[in-house]
Amino acid sequence: MNTAVKIAGVEFKNPVTTASGTFGSGIEYSNFVDLNRLGAVTTKGVALTPWPGNPTPRVTETYGGMLNAIGLQNPGIDVFCERDLPFLEKYDTRVIVNVCGKTEEEYVGVVERLAQEKNVDMLEINVSCPNVKEGAIAFGQNATALYNITEKIKKAAKQPVIMKLSPNVTDITEMARAAEAAGADAISLINTITGMKIDIARRKFAIANKTGGLSGPAIKPVAVRMVYQCAQAVKIPIIGMGGIATAEDALEFILAGASMVAVGMMNFHDPMSTVKVVEGIESYMKQYDVEDINELIGAVE
Amino acid sequence: MKKDTGIVLSQTRLADGIYSMWIDTEIASEARPGQFAAIFPSAGNTLLQRPISICEVSGDKSAIRIVYRVVGKGTNEFSSYTEGTKVELLGPCGNGFDTEALAEGKSALLIGGGIGVPPMLELGKTLKKQGKNFKFVLGYRNSELFLYDDFVRCAGKENVIIATDDGSVGTHGTVVSAINEQNVAGDIIFSCGPMPMLRALKVFSEEKNMTAYISLEERMACGVGACLGCVCKTVNKDHHSHVNNARVCVEGPVFDAKEVEI
Repeated sequence: MNTAVKIAGVEFKNPVTTASGTFGSGIEYSNFVDLNRLGAVTTKGVALTPWPGNPTPRVTETYGGMLNAIGLQNPGIDVFCERDLPFLEKYDTRVIVNVCGKTEEEYVGVVERLAQEKNVDMLEINVSCPNVKEGAIAFGQNATALYNITEKIKKAAKQPVIMKLSPNVTDITEMARAAEAAGADAISLINTITGMKIDIARRKFAIANKTGGLSGPAIKPVAVRMVYQCAQAVKIPIIGMGGIATAEDALEFILAGASMVAVGMMNFHDPMSTVKVVEGIESYMKQYDVEDINELIGAVE
Repeated sequence: MKKDTGIVLSQTRLADGIYSMWIDTEIASEARPGQFAAIFPSAGNTLLQRPISICEVSGDKSAIRIVYRVVGKGTNEFSSYTEGTKVELLGPCGNGFDTEALAEGKSALLIGGGIGVPPMLELGKTLKKQGKNFKFVLGYRNSELFLYDDFVRCAGKENVIIATDDGSVGTHGTVVSAINEQNVAGDIIFSCGPMPMLRALKVFSEEKNMTAYISLEERMACGVGACLGCVCKTVNKDHHSHVNNARVCVEGPVFDAKEVEI
């Protein structure tokens, strides 16, 4: 039975990774999960300099999910390279580093710094965070801007580049095509869907940023639909995410056209979610006599 | 810290909207005063844990007691649990109170307000075992003094000072009014309660040149330090992101009042 998948020449032992921002750099969850069991760890967005993030409250629960507006608090690339990468090097898992920035120069700066790091297998570029005012999503909601930044990042990058797409657009396939045309090696989707919650007792916004990104099982059907649409629109591989809680959820994404999947918000619900998804995919393959996971990618009829 | 499936041993209603639940769980063996348990409701639409302070640990360290207020869907579900109900939980979480900060021969004020009262009980029991001196100063809304008998059993009636919002028992007003009105003396403060109380204690402790440890509350998602949802502003660079935003779930919930901007 083969569970390994290949994206842009990089082989992953299985198609399960973590959704950026929900798993830190794996340090906190390594108490609960054997990181060696994961296809890859995708780290939380890292910028050129430390970012303080948004005021609190930053998170709130919603029906079958949550809203967050963390605002990409992160220690900056230097601390990340000195502390987090050496930690991940101890594990037999691939490392996908999520990169964020406010300007093209900042994105390129992080990508250039990571070019020297041997233990980074792929880069995921966050052009879809809905919670920071400058940069980020501005690049992800306009096909020309997305094309331009993808092209610049590709020139600077040593590792294959995944562009992470926002669902907060009229037609996500237009963004997928722009990323592909500019040379992206893969795309990942979906980032969170912009939402809002109001505390009626206090007549206040539930999170300080007023709007936040919706994640969790509540958004899964939207994500599966968008992965399917993008799989029809582009040839580059897709990493699918959005509300994956179980192996059954992950398999929906794979059948819709995802080569890999990421578990996000559900890490908060069950710290062992990722490994349970890995094991569940293996059970499904045994049950349905699937020799190679690659047979399932985009196999929906 | 571990994930465990605990079993409810008992549940009682202590006051209007306030419940007490004993849970048999492995996390009890490691729990220190001031730490919390991250408890998951079972309903499929409420996916995040509820961080609830540990009120007591059983003598054999096999069970924890939580005393909580019903404020929403999750805590409402918890209040329906009866003996034998299984409950998913993560813990013990957070740093807890450093009882070593109270030197021999000095005395501590253990100040709790509202639903911040419960964790003071395990702290008191621990200090008592260490043979240290302390007094409880507890602020309630009204005469429903939940846990009062437990506090009296721990420290004696003369060492349990009460303030109530409506003046029905003890000092009419805040815990700070009670300390002033009843001339309560101490060298160090350990506290947990609503933000206005903690702000008042920060000012009070700075005026008196006392060290005050305060336990903060913040909206939380993961409970393990990964999501960076529950941060508080700190005077110094925090360990994780170096941006003066410490994680309440890991670096806290207990902070030296001098080190946080609240």
